[in-house]
Amino acid sequence: MQVFNFVGRRILFAIITLLAVSAVVFTIFSLLPFDPAALSCGQRCTDQIIEGNRIKLGYDKPLYIQYLLFLSGIFLGRSYGTGSAAFSCPAPSFGYSFNENRCVSSLLAEALPVTVNLALGALIIWLIAGVSLGLIAARFKGRWPDTTSSIFVLLGTSLPTFVTGLALLIWVTIKWKLVPLSVIGYTPLYENPVKFFQFFILPWITLAIAYAALYTRFTRAAVLETLGEDYIRTARAKGVKERTVLFKHTMRAVFAPIITLAGLDFAGLIGGAIITETIFNLPGLGRLTLRSTFEFDLPIVLATTILAATVVILMNLIIDMLYAVLDPRVRI
Amino acid sequence: MAHILAVNDLHVTFPTDDGLVRAVDGVSLSLNEGQTLAIVGESGSGKTVTGLSIMGLHKRGATQISGSILIKDGDREIDIVSSSEEEIRMLRGGTVAMIFQDPMSSLHPYYRIGNQLAEAFLVHNPGKKKQAKARAIEMLDLVGISEPAVRADEYPHQFSGGMRQRVMIAMALMNSPRVLIADEPTTALDVTVQAQILILLKSLQKEFHMGILLITHDLGVVAQVADDVSVMYGGKIVETGTADGVFYQPKAPYTLGLLKSVPRISTHGSDRLKAIAGQPPSLINLPTGCAFAPRCEYSSHAPTDACATLRPQLLGKSPSHLSRCHVDESTRDSIFVKELKQVRP
Repeated sequence: MQVFNFVGRRILFAIITLLAVSAVVFTIFSLLPFDPAALSCGQRCTDQIIEGNRIKLGYDKPLYIQYLLFLSGIFLGRSYGTGSAAFSCPAPSFGYSFNENRCVSSLLAEALPVTVNLALGALIIWLIAGVSLGLIAARFKGRWPDTTSSIFVLLGTSLPTFVTGLALLIWVTIKWKLVPLSVIGYTPLYENPVKFFQFFILPWITLAIAYAALYTRFTRAAVLETLGEDYIRTARAKGVKERTVLFKHTMRAVFAPIITLAGLDFAGLIGGAIITETIFNLPGLGRLTLRSTFEFDLPIVLATTILAATVVILMNLIIDMLYAVLDPRVRI
Repeated sequence: MAHILAVNDLHVTFPTDDGLVRAVDGVSLSLNEGQTLAIVGESGSGKTVTGLSIMGLHKRGATQISGSILIKDGDREIDIVSSSEEEIRMLRGGTVAMIFQDPMSSLHPYYRIGNQLAEAFLVHNPGKKKQAKARAIEMLDLVGISEPAVRADEYPHQFSGGMRQRVMIAMALMNSPRVLIADEPTTALDVTVQAQILILLKSLQKEFHMGILLITHDLGVVAQVADDVSVMYGGKIVETGTADGVFYQPKAPYTLGLLKSVPRISTHGSDRLKAIAGQPPSLINLPTGCAFAPRCEYSSHAPTDACATLRPQLLGKSPSHLSRCHVDESTRDSIFVKELKQVRP
């Protein structure tokens, strides 16, 4: 009962936050000094066409009606225009992009899997690399493994992704020809695993290096702090093996904050790993956002912004619930 | 009665950036079955390091240790100082167990109480999961936790401080140790709970025939439970004897200072607390003479310059009551008795 209360409260809170975020973002974009109706008009534009587009796209209505139409479009789909020129975007509709002449939702549907795969793969790599390096550094504090890992941490945190990404591209792809140039495009994992990995391996490594460095530092500090805890001394006093002290007692305590950090970083990446996606020419959300921003394609920017906010809120919800599983003190 | 623990000339030093810290400087003590020996001293006198060294929990590599710590394990006698880490690990939580000062932070917050207790058993009896669980519940019951089977499934944060210390004691007793080291077991607890824990320790001692090494700075606690007392100052034992002897006829000026500084509800409400003047010495650069000399009121009774230049030996007229002081023992006896009369009319 209490568990349901906890989860229910969190879900309700997430929904309210999402509504607030979408309203704010929608308002900001409506106040921008761009006329979406004019932008949707081609080169040979007349005031008449603009006015027609305005009515067709619903920009003639008051702001709150526009917002409600936008919201209802997400759940019910939306149709534009009348008669033979009418077209519709099925639910979930996030609007229509005249630049692309497509529903925003179908653009998102193409870009989202690329970004999710990019973020997920990188997450797995950096978690494994970062946590194990951090653990080794803490275990051999002050000795050569610790020193070596601190060099990695320094490089990883100070090298920007456009440097590591480009370096990987130049050496691994062009000079050593270990991975074919990513002109092959995105292939889902279930269609062709080899192409999938060839497509993603360098972007994964690029992102993972930066984050693994942060996680190495974080894990090392957390492990060292936990090793100084009284309950670790208790475990040793029981005669527990040093290996068990490290991998069971210490890691159990370090796990929860790492999960929190990983969830938030993952959510941040879904919002767009713009630099990495641009360097490796990945058709993901980051690049979609960047391109639409330059083209003033507001419906797309609005949709990706709300999507990014949604992912952050959802991840927070998931982390909160995971935390309740991981830390008995949080359970109410 | 046979010794179950004998520490001989133990030295523990840590190198630091400021110099060598002589935390324990030539400590010898012995503990018999069923006996309670209290080690008393201020913070930084080396008493906790002594306790941790007996458990082999001094930081290996970061500390230098010499002397011997002999522990009876069945028919064998094991020297903690020269044994391998693996040999010591088998003793820890088995023959020698330890409870700590702060029960609030000494239990792992993420594991159930029952599992934490069972682990202590499983480390020494691998694979016997059912027995471990049963033993955990039995021990929780023994230390006075009601509904032990239900409570075993709870987490530490669901227990009060006193209850957690009971859990710690139960954990220490999982493998019926011969020696229990209790490092300030009641310091973090309320006074009423302190008394309960001490009574519990006493009754468990009878049941398990354990020797208890009680590390404390609280003379009230010592008076309640200790058979013998060793007073530590500056990494050395400055006085050792029976609890009665040390309390009623202190021999070392430092012990007298401690006894005089115990707060009392006196009839003269305006009496100030008689603290020992000065600060405890840094263990890095101990004075060449007696470590207590800079704070001592009685050095004028000693032979000229002795206190400032010579380290006093642990000596006494009676072999069961020894102390370190350059002042003649009979002179001390007569002065100290008068001084004690003033604070304990």
